[in-house]
Amino acid sequence: MLANQIGYYSLILGLLFSFLLCGVSIKDFNNINKRVNQNVFTLLFLQLIFVVVSFLSLILTFVNSDFSNETVFNNSHTTKPLFYKIAGTWGNHEGSLLLWLLVLTLFIFLFLVNSREQPKKYRILTLLFQQLIIIGFFLFVLTTSNPFNYLYPTPTEGLGLNPILQDPALAIHPPLLYLGYVGSSIIFSASLAAVTQNYISKEWGQHIKKWILISWIFLTIGIMLGSIWAYYELGWGGFWFWDPVENVSLMPWLTLTALLHCILVLERRTALTSWVVILSITTFTLSMCGTFLVRSGILNSVHTFANDPARGIFILIFLFILIFLSLGIFFLFHKENKKDLNNFFWLSKETSIMVNNWFMMYFLSVVLIGTVYPIFLDVISSEKISVGPPFYHKLIVPFLVPFLLFMALGPKLQWIKSKIEKKKSLIIFFIISVVLTFFILKNITTDFLYYTILISAAFFLFFTTLKELFLKKFINVSQVIAHFGFSLFILAILFNSILSSEIITNIKVGEKYNFNKSEIFLKKIEEKKESNFNSIIGHFRITDEKGKVVELKPEIRIYNQPEIITSEADIKTTLLEDKFLVMNIVKGDEYFNIRYQIKPFMLWIWVSVLLLSLGGLISLFKKKYEK
Amino acid sequence: MKNKYKAIIFFLFFIFCFVVLYKGLDNPNTYTPNIKVEKNIPLFTAKDFNSNNYINSDKIFEENKYYIVNIWASWCVPCIKEHPLLMELSTNQSIKIIGLNYRDNLNNAKKFIDKFGNPYNQILIDSDGVLAVEFGAYGVPETLIIDKNKKIIKKFVGPINEEIVQEIKSIIK
Repeated sequence: MLANQIGYYSLILGLLFSFLLCGVSIKDFNNINKRVNQNVFTLLFLQLIFVVVSFLSLILTFVNSDFSNETVFNNSHTTKPLFYKIAGTWGNHEGSLLLWLLVLTLFIFLFLVNSREQPKKYRILTLLFQQLIIIGFFLFVLTTSNPFNYLYPTPTEGLGLNPILQDPALAIHPPLLYLGYVGSSIIFSASLAAVTQNYISKEWGQHIKKWILISWIFLTIGIMLGSIWAYYELGWGGFWFWDPVENVSLMPWLTLTALLHCILVLERRTALTSWVVILSITTFTLSMCGTFLVRSGILNSVHTFANDPARGIFILIFLFILIFLSLGIFFLFHKENKKDLNNFFWLSKETSIMVNNWFMMYFLSVVLIGTVYPIFLDVISSEKISVGPPFYHKLIVPFLVPFLLFMALGPKLQWIKSKIEKKKSLIIFFIISVVLTFFILKNITTDFLYYTILISAAFFLFFTTLKELFLKKFINVSQVIAHFGFSLFILAILFNSILSSEIITNIKVGEKYNFNKSEIFLKKIEEKKESNFNSIIGHFRITDEKGKVVELKPEIRIYNQPEIITSEADIKTTLLEDKFLVMNIVKGDEYFNIRYQIKPFMLWIWVSVLLLSLGGLISLFKKKYEK
Repeated sequence: MKNKYKAIIFFLFFIFCFVVLYKGLDNPNTYTPNIKVEKNIPLFTAKDFNSNNYINSDKIFEENKYYIVNIWASWCVPCIKEHPLLMELSTNQSIKIIGLNYRDNLNNAKKFIDKFGNPYNQILIDSDGVLAVEFGAYGVPETLIIDKNKKIIKKFVGPINEEIVQEIKSIIK
């Protein structure tokens, strides 16, 4: 009760502080004093404290199962374990927006504290732009999605958290993703501030790089966790479904990746400025656009939380205010530096970074069109269509070949200008890759030529980066690790999709099912009671063709609140493959429907994404530039 | 000068986007299929191909039976390729095949059935394609398996092949 009130009023105070901050910083803007007024820091700190208090009170109401709070009533239940009560705080629409606000205020505070060597006007303008976003979110939370709505009479029991959201990976997936999204808001505000101050330069590039890296790392890991969750929990044995909401998180990642590469040029000399500004704006706009698409219910997907049109309209208007504001600022203030025309020598690192940009833009447009085209078509011609995986695969996969080759060759070029040298090792690697792929694929696949080309390209990148890693004594180690991670990622995905196999059958207790020299045996069924669900656990023994025995225990969970049945897959992960088993009830029958999959190299998909992020992390702590 | 035009074009483009998205909010995209599997089959009424009467989905799908829903059209070339396999499946007594004739000309569809045979226990007409989207289809042909609890348990995008037929048989065993 009390926590609820405190939370609500802290939010309102936080909003008031936003207005105060704007007033104080505008006044400070024209002050000749070279340092930012201390009051700004104090106000900003207090604003952060209020949002933290508000967030903590929401957690507290969740922990206490205070059902006089509407959000808690809708998303929690007394029998839920403490961990999921806490995680439930941001597992719903209202709470997750409060988390957005929290990260927004936290990041701008950190930004202001950590940018003392930057020009004062630039810092204050960044703060103002960021406050604009913060005010927008405050108003959004308070008017359309208040997490502290009061319910009377107080219900005795809550409705429960959607069971598919009760998963450890999902408890940390949204916060990490938000750190990535919101980190991009700092980049957005900072680049707008820098454009108005005509400060897009080498110095600015060096300063903003760490924010780009931070958002990029969080976004990468956040997306990966979501994908791990889908793999374990949705029980369909895939890790990426091209679901609109997954796409929506991928789009800012693509622009952020392009931005990360542009900034490598900008931190050395003032070039590619338009690219940097536009990418900074686009990244945040796409994050916001993602929030709009997910939260407004304009798209249907596993993630759709609420279908309240008022919310949709609010975010839509807010989003377009930001778009028009940033476009206006860009066209009014941005001047391309005349002496630094983007005419790079054709064989240089700069050119290869431009090539990377264009690839990223291509991938982005494919994903963007696939995601929003159905909405446009529906509005314009009321035709309903849905875009599925084949669309993305057809348009993206072939372009991976040149992309991978460029990724292997680009970093080898010199900045400014390089000469064509005879690189014996590259040619040797290329031949090795092709031959190796040929022998690996000879007996397995039907689509031989297609996969040979693809996998050769991935192997080529793999070998060249591997050589760099061992022979070059850690020059550009972050780049090498990240690119190596990417080659591993593509290899793992390709081999995974070629070599995966699947068996679907019905089986009852004591029965054996045989297939290509392997055997699945259902030993027994065990029933268990937990506080928030009952479970049926199948004890399976699987003998594979080499006589190896694995025990797998997939589970069917019947949650009490809300009453939902979920299938928990059991997965045995080894270095080379995952054995994935999931079962379902066949009603009115003693049989269980089981799906057994062998998925090679699954572990390496996650490892490679971690390597990618590790590359970013090293770059964050490294003092030297890219050579 | 050039910049000014660029700015105007961008503004117009984004205004267009705004209008479309705003309108999109008004008619929620209820027909966008969910990728999540094992969803219930949708409730619908559809025209029967032979009798031209409207039938309710409750009447079509009974419990404790396996069904295959095959989305096809006479203009769809891969459908011709998978047709013999459907004919083969239709000899299996433990399964019923429901055809969903997707955005087709009725005469052409009839000719198609006359020429290649009729594997379907029942054919429904989906002249505007809405029904297919209700089922979560990506395109034609597409084959869905519905289990005894009236849930879609599996879906195959594109024409079915010998392997898929084997898989279907193992499911309905």
